[in-house]
Amino acid sequence: MSELEAVGHETAGRGSGWLARKARGAGRGLVIAIPYAWLFLFFLTPFLIVFKISFAEYALAQPPYTALFEFAEETYLKVTLALSNYQFLFDDPIYVLAYLNSLKIAAISTLIALLLGYPMALGIARARQPWRNVLLFLVVLPFWTSFLIRVYAWIGILKNNGLINNALMALGVIDQPLALLNTDIAVYIGIVYSYLPFMVLPLYANLEKHDTALLEAAADLGRKPFSAFLTVTLPLSLPGMVAGSLLVFIPAVGEFVIPDLLGGADTLMIGKVLWYEFFNNRDWPVASAVAIAMLILLVVPIMLFQHHQSRQEEN
Amino acid sequence: MVGRRGLFLTSAMAFGFAFLYLPILLLILYSFNASRLVTVWGGFSVKWYGELFRDDQILSAAWVSFEIAAMTATLACVLGTIAGLVMSRFGRFRGRTLFSGMISAPLVMPEVITGLSLLLLFVALEQAIGWPSGRGVTTITIAHVTFAMAYVAVVIQSRLAGLDESLEEAALDLGARPFKVFMTVTLPIISPALVAGWLLSFTLSLDDLVIASFVAGPASSTLPMVVFSKVRLGLEPTINALATLLVLLATLTILVSAWLMQRQERNQRRQAARALAAEAEEAATTD
Repeated sequence: MSELEAVGHETAGRGSGWLARKARGAGRGLVIAIPYAWLFLFFLTPFLIVFKISFAEYALAQPPYTALFEFAEETYLKVTLALSNYQFLFDDPIYVLAYLNSLKIAAISTLIALLLGYPMALGIARARQPWRNVLLFLVVLPFWTSFLIRVYAWIGILKNNGLINNALMALGVIDQPLALLNTDIAVYIGIVYSYLPFMVLPLYANLEKHDTALLEAAADLGRKPFSAFLTVTLPLSLPGMVAGSLLVFIPAVGEFVIPDLLGGADTLMIGKVLWYEFFNNRDWPVASAVAIAMLILLVVPIMLFQHHQSRQEEN
Repeated sequence: MVGRRGLFLTSAMAFGFAFLYLPILLLILYSFNASRLVTVWGGFSVKWYGELFRDDQILSAAWVSFEIAAMTATLACVLGTIAGLVMSRFGRFRGRTLFSGMISAPLVMPEVITGLSLLLLFVALEQAIGWPSGRGVTTITIAHVTFAMAYVAVVIQSRLAGLDESLEEAALDLGARPFKVFMTVTLPIISPALVAGWLLSFTLSLDDLVIASFVAGPASSTLPMVVFSKVRLGLEPTINALATLLVLLATLTILVSAWLMQRQERNQRRQAARALAAEAEEAATTD
């Protein structure tokens, strides 16, 4: 391949990178090294340490865990690996239950967010121009305000003498306040409320690109609007639905703040269990084992799925 | 289009937006409530704002949080821009797969895991080399930069992917060095993305409770940590006042930055049009 062809080829491919050709040697390596070193030290290394400590035992010490490597009699290295933390995760049903319950709560919340967010995204995509931007702005704005405070707002609405119960009692619908706060329902509301923008935005980005001519064609061929929606719009919007659902599901599974503030004592979620293991029981090795289990059962599958998806998109 | 379906979409949107905004509006409304009981209206008053500004714990935590957020946003923009540039303009290099994994992983990592792992790293580092001695603003900032730079990298990368490389190529062909090309060509074009990345990092840092709780020392509490400990004990009218101020701040920031970006875009378009016109005129006179 001639030099010219090579250049043409590289500019044709998206993101081929002019810096790949022009900046070579020490300068290029240094530029890569800066973010690389940061992420290596502050993102990758910590997991190795968590992995190590998950094999340690709880000890009344500072920091509160036993050393894995000890020089016994200063001659040979003694390695103590405690597998008890992992066994503990399976022996005590609370961990398996919390993991399954997290998946359940995240899945149901994601479904509600999809059912609520889809018509919103469709409505925004079909709105006329100055309105469309205003509506989009209104979807994004809550995201920029404090997450903690948005969750806090629901305490005043859901509690026993809160706004919903006061209103229903004033209207005479109920005589006794409904238990809403500190239930799973409150957790669903909190998650849907917090992550709804993440559902609407990718859906909107997908729906906005649809060619309305397709729907007109379906109408010309005698399809009723709802049937045209089911056969044309819905299948085309599948990538947007997957993207939005992942953006809600992923943070919801590991959520701590929402189940802690809105959920009850029996609302088990894995993020909350890890928090309590660490802050209340001060058991760092078990907390580390929970983190490693979460990583393997949750984060790795999600990353593999995303990797697989981006591969598919490239093809 | 209007009809039963239009009606359905409109009412779904109305419900959705009411769901998004009613809780915030109620929060704001009740910040002006004279009664201590947060859910019972007792007349108009601004006394909770006065109480908020006398609450030293909240004020000092707010100062710590803004300080951390500003440092985080700035550092995350530098590192995230470099990372985004590496991902979209550096072609293949050894370790690229690991790099792209480390850039995208913080986006899907549960906060409790990030917080715990960074805390264990800081403890191990302190034992091994004596740094960081104790935990506080520095450790929180490092933790926040680590996840915020991933968001900035995504924003910058998607901006660069949608950008024609021919401008940068042209500057290179005219003999500019790569660093100069980046500073004079790439950086001005991606500056709106950079502003968005900075604001995003600032917000993420200001908002974070979980990671900060793990890596903060006993002496340094951030604003979300103080709010969380107050909220856990029950409703607190000063928190409503604080919430109102934060919502106001966020709305103003977003409106102003959107307006600035629009103006800059318009200016750029006008300049480009002027340059084209001048060129056309020149071409006409030489003919």
